[in-house]
Amino acid sequence: MSDPETRFGKYETAWCPGCGDFMVLKALKKALFEADLHPHQILLTSGIGQAAKMPQYLHCNMFNGLHGRSIPPAIGAKLANPELIVIAVSGDGCIYGEGGNHLMAAIRRNPDITVLVCNNMVYGLTKGQASPTSFQGFKTKAQPRGAPWQAFNPIAFAVSMECSFVARGYAGEVDHLAALIKEAVSHRGLALVDILQPCVTFNHVNTYRWFKERCYLLPSGYDPSSWEEAMNIAREDMEERIALGVIFKKEMPTFEERFPQLAQGPVAGRARVGPEIASVLSEFEI
Amino acid sequence: MLKSNKIIDILIGGEAGQGLATVGSLLARSLASRGYEILATQTYLSRIRGGHNTYQIRAGLSSPRSPGEDFDLILALDRETIPLHGHRLESGGLVIGDQEIVDASLAGTMAVPFREMGPSRTMNVSALGVLTHVAGLPLDVVESEVRWAFSKAGGKILDDNVAALRAGYGWAEKQDKGRRGLPPPGRKKKRMLMTGNDAIALGALASGLKFCAYYPMTPATSIVLAVTRFSEAMGCVVEQAEDEISAVNMAVGASFAGAPSLVATSGGGFALMTEGVSLAGMTETPIVIAVAQRPGPATGLPTRTEQADLNLVLYAGHGEFPRAVLTPTSVEECFLATKRAFYLSEKYQTPVFVLTDQHLADSLATIPPLPAETGDAGPATADPAEVQAPYRRYALTQDGISPRLLPGFSHHLVRADSDEHNEEGVIEEDPANRILMHEKRLRKGAGMEQEVMEPHLHGGEGFQTLLVCWGSSRGAVEDCIDHLRSEGIMASSLSLPQVWPLPKSALAKWTQKAEKVIFVEGNATGQLARLVRAETGIESHGMITRYDGLALTTGYIVNALKGMI
Repeated sequence: MSDPETRFGKYETAWCPGCGDFMVLKALKKALFEADLHPHQILLTSGIGQAAKMPQYLHCNMFNGLHGRSIPPAIGAKLANPELIVIAVSGDGCIYGEGGNHLMAAIRRNPDITVLVCNNMVYGLTKGQASPTSFQGFKTKAQPRGAPWQAFNPIAFAVSMECSFVARGYAGEVDHLAALIKEAVSHRGLALVDILQPCVTFNHVNTYRWFKERCYLLPSGYDPSSWEEAMNIAREDMEERIALGVIFKKEMPTFEERFPQLAQGPVAGRARVGPEIASVLSEFEI
Repeated sequence: MLKSNKIIDILIGGEAGQGLATVGSLLARSLASRGYEILATQTYLSRIRGGHNTYQIRAGLSSPRSPGEDFDLILALDRETIPLHGHRLESGGLVIGDQEIVDASLAGTMAVPFREMGPSRTMNVSALGVLTHVAGLPLDVVESEVRWAFSKAGGKILDDNVAALRAGYGWAEKQDKGRRGLPPPGRKKKRMLMTGNDAIALGALASGLKFCAYYPMTPATSIVLAVTRFSEAMGCVVEQAEDEISAVNMAVGASFAGAPSLVATSGGGFALMTEGVSLAGMTETPIVIAVAQRPGPATGLPTRTEQADLNLVLYAGHGEFPRAVLTPTSVEECFLATKRAFYLSEKYQTPVFVLTDQHLADSLATIPPLPAETGDAGPATADPAEVQAPYRRYALTQDGISPRLLPGFSHHLVRADSDEHNEEGVIEEDPANRILMHEKRLRKGAGMEQEVMEPHLHGGEGFQTLLVCWGSSRGAVEDCIDHLRSEGIMASSLSLPQVWPLPKSALAKWTQKAEKVIFVEGNATGQLARLVRAETGIESHGMITRYDGLALTTGYIVNALKGMI
């Protein structure tokens, strides 16, 4: 299987022509292929939304769950079987809005999973309402006077919490994005990749052209281990410039390593009740 | 009323923080260790200090089924105990308390000079010393329990507590108040002592539990504390989640990956989990959900008991999917029902509930030894070598059960979807497919109907009145039946350890023999009665309900029955 599409399949999608999700899917397949991963080793979890349909279009294990809940099943599956390569993929509404608490808690846990957020700054599947990352003033049918809220800054949020790996990619830069995803998947610990992408149907502000005018690659000398530098990058005004690349990185023990129960390998598929049960029960003898 | 001389009832009242539970559990352990059968229950308030709490113990030569209502011994650790419970003293009973609380001139009192026995922080153990003598227990039995309990603290703390115990015992020995103990126990049998929540944890571990997620909530928390205690020995991963939504979704993810999973919560937390229950139903992922009820709505009475979440558990989760609801009726059955729950959940790949309440969750009881069975436990998976590619996670089968594979264990891909899906697990909105998949899932419910836990009939097959109850009410109802029969009233009871699928044939068989069918439930609206009527057409002739936050008791039921039969 000599190319990403042969290994990970090619499916008909429910996405609008021109959707950024096509490029994210292409980058994801390329990253997994270049990381020498095979379909049965990978578990993709997702929530609900257009981006959350991505696992449907990629040949691997899949758990397509509830809106906002792509991360908890990813963590549950990783704890059950740390040998799985677990990737949660969903949109900005799903991960930054409905499931925000899970992202915060996941950063604190630091499981060795990858979280890909397809951030098109608008709700697509529900047809065009403002999302947590829509700019303040972003006009929609539901917010005719413009979104009244300050936009959520996922990079600043994750860096401030010293998330183990924080990167930003752009769907318009497929090769760069693929390299980022590959690095994120290889990174030991929670890797968050915020993926900016246009929504050709519902977001007429943050278009391909708009992104192209603002996105720049972090210079090769950039040091992602500096928290202060990362916070400076994270706080850049997106209306002005948008940095792409690995913004922050910090090696830390993973969540799974904290469980001695997992030292002997996955607890999944190991559902034997051993002789230990006798000594457990005997503690209740009187 | 309703009591033989082979039973002793002891009530300890005091403020939170006074060491009431310590004295209570040490006394309960000592009585059990001496060879008596015990049932200990607690009432407490939602606070860390102050308030008025009780710990009550019923001990006897045979296993008590329900808590007592009148007491042979009352230990008052605070001033509120006597005004609140003094009238519940049996004739010939004894009230024990500090000399500042208890009037020494009254008969049936023991005014104890606790201040002379040691520092105030060991007063509770001095009181235990007094109780030890009065309850006719050998000092060495209780002392070894005290040494066990304080062995970790060791040093001066251990010495002070042992000294306090001896001082209390020595003082009581010199009083001329007699002893109100039980007849000596027979030869001591091998037994276990645990709470309903312990039994649920052990039932889960004995079923091959490998993952447990939770958000703490009274009265369910001690289930996960017990699982945690043994998690490393048993190779089970336990995680305190950020909220109940995460807990259930993590557990579903872990189970999908191949770890038999448990979540434990109470009504409010469970309400947050309901979308996850639906997810487990749709993705056909096994999960066991322990719900320990407390009175609602909303925060309700956080530390009290009620049986008012049957409707919630029966109908939780949007859409239609099969489930089972087990309602253990005793501490021992908490273990059996939990094992059953894992069996059903893994076999039918669907959510299964263990529904209890604070009363049963916190009941401490002596039970026969639980079996330590080893061997394979779920998940029941297919042999990957015999599965054709592409693997069909939701293959249509006659019984609705699709052969299960775990992701990552073979080259087959396992694809689960919360959207309606085709056999391979891929999103599919076609109406014809929808019908096939929906009916496939529901067929599993028909399978579960064929293996329902049968109700417990008590009192015999000849009766005019039949009391029907579920879950923790069984003990009080059966004691009530014994009392009625001793008065010549032909009554029996039917207690349901599983309410869904409903044991329809047993209900039909026994209710048609009755002139009167009366439902006894710890809620205001008769949730089981409604379910039975809706499902079987069986009408109730009366209802005994309780919703003041306290457990149904024998006396309460007997009183309520007056005029009904």
